[in-house]
Amino acid sequence: MYLPKLIARNAMRHKLRTTLTVLGLVIAVLAYGLLQTVVDAWYAGASAASNARLVTRNAISLTFALPLHYEYRIKGVDGVSQVARSNWFGGVYRDPKNFFAQFAVSDNYLDLYPEFIVKPEERADYQRDRRGALIGRQLADSYGFKVGDVIPIKGTIYPGTWDFVVRGIMEGRDESTITRQMIFHWDYLNETVRKKTARQADQVGVFVVGIDNPDNGAAISRAVDNVFKNSLAETLTETEQAFQLGFVAMSNQIIAAIRVVSYVVIVIVMAVMANAMAMSARERITEYATLKALGFGSGFLSLLVFGESMIISMVGGAIGMLLTPPAASFFKQAVGGVFPVFTVSQETMAMQAACAVVVGLAAAIVPAVQAARVRIVEGLRAIG
Amino acid sequence: MAEATSGTSVTTAAPLVSIRHLAKSYQRGAQTVPVLSDISLDIAEGDFIALMGPSGSGKSTLLNLIAGIDRPDSGELLVGGVDISELPEASLADWRAAHVGFIFQFYNLMPVLTAYENVELPLMLTRLGRAERRERVEMVLRMVNLGDRMDHYPSELSGGQQQRVAIARALITDPTLIVADEPTGDLDRTSATEILTMLQRLNADVGKTIIMVTHDAHAAEAAKSLVHLEKGELLQTERRQPGPRA
Repeated sequence: MYLPKLIARNAMRHKLRTTLTVLGLVIAVLAYGLLQTVVDAWYAGASAASNARLVTRNAISLTFALPLHYEYRIKGVDGVSQVARSNWFGGVYRDPKNFFAQFAVSDNYLDLYPEFIVKPEERADYQRDRRGALIGRQLADSYGFKVGDVIPIKGTIYPGTWDFVVRGIMEGRDESTITRQMIFHWDYLNETVRKKTARQADQVGVFVVGIDNPDNGAAISRAVDNVFKNSLAETLTETEQAFQLGFVAMSNQIIAAIRVVSYVVIVIVMAVMANAMAMSARERITEYATLKALGFGSGFLSLLVFGESMIISMVGGAIGMLLTPPAASFFKQAVGGVFPVFTVSQETMAMQAACAVVVGLAAAIVPAVQAARVRIVEGLRAIG
Repeated sequence: MAEATSGTSVTTAAPLVSIRHLAKSYQRGAQTVPVLSDISLDIAEGDFIALMGPSGSGKSTLLNLIAGIDRPDSGELLVGGVDISELPEASLADWRAAHVGFIFQFYNLMPVLTAYENVELPLMLTRLGRAERRERVEMVLRMVNLGDRMDHYPSELSGGQQQRVAIARALITDPTLIVADEPTGDLDRTSATEILTMLQRLNADVGKTIIMVTHDAHAAEAAKSLVHLEKGELLQTERRQPGPRA
């Protein structure tokens, strides 16, 4: 029990220095946790994607649509259970800053997305109303939408102002479900477009393909694409997760930069802490020499340094970890719903703890070696 | 008693410390600086030696060599029949812990430990249980008249009191040898006298062998023998009647 006592008291010897070092660690661990959570949030859509769904789009680009009649041919592929239509609407609610996702979808769309839970009576109301729309819970909370509200959306791809009536709220099955979107009837979109620009009618953005067995996803994807090979609009079918990751990949460099910054923060605090430990060790050379003269070995002195470093890093790391969830919650509110899912994962917490341990160990290496190697005579400055 | 010879010992009984042709130099940059050359000296068990000499004479170096915290370049150094210059580092540390008590000029107490804990420190290297350690530490602290200061940190003690804690720490393992490097160098006259009296008592009453480095003639009066060094060479040894202390 002597060693822990000595370590703890040494750690509190320079209270200001220790407090500032701990503060540095708290900030670094907190920043690391938040930045990693931002990266996780980026991937949240892909993580939540089902592997029982495929997405078929135009092989050239997502901006090119597919003919409506493809739906029947996709349905004919072995292993396909159902096919839903989805068009990106890309409208603006009142002001361009009020941007959220709107999709025109076929009526069976929700059958493919069991993670969206809608009350049966609300779903029935939605089915009855041509202009009806379902609003995700997170979106409804952000804008204060409620059932019965009329939402005017100004189209950017499909010109004009479109009035939608909120007929129901989509709840998420769990915390990981993103409910920050609005869906409405694909038929309503298609009929309106047919009236204005007939050429753009009967075009589908993507087909969401439900499959019987997720293990056959790759084979079914190939089979679907083979159906349309050498056609005017060849398709690219992939799992929903791959489809989502394709979007994430567009931000790869930003994500990479965030990751790098999160590790740079850790490296910086490691250097700060190593400096603090080196200063402490340098100041205690005479004490180390005295302990050695009394018969304590190099291992004991190394343990003193490592122990002190670990105490400081673990206290800083623990406080940083404790502060991360509330800070994430605050961050989520502050950015106004840019990240629908912004939850600190267990992996992130584990990495925060690992970072604190690595910082504590790495910062102590050089001072511990110095302490272990101190020559008694030099340490005592007793050359007569 | 201490005897200096020109290469051979003339002591009759087996000395506690036996030094033969000891040499030591230090490397300062590219330069080799000789500190001790051809030192031969015997120190009998129960003696109280004052190593004297001007700054740079090598007295502290000789003390360090005898205490096993430095190694000679050549020569033989036996303490209690053990050639400590041949011991590997780990064994030498064990040997120091068991056989040498250190008293430093600036006390060298651990500032984060109380007087009690500082004295207990060397016992952490033994197998003594907590109760036995407590018994010993309290006894030794009472011996140096600090029974009522056990829970005080060094910063809460005067220089003389800190040095008494250091003496208690040096005594706690009941070592064969006590080495003191300028033990009164940082103290006022009253405290210095108090410390020297304590060392004399340890020597006279408990029979501890003490080797003390000092350049203060007043402090040296407490010792039984004086060994004079100059420019790394042994000039003379002097047997004397130690001065009376309070």
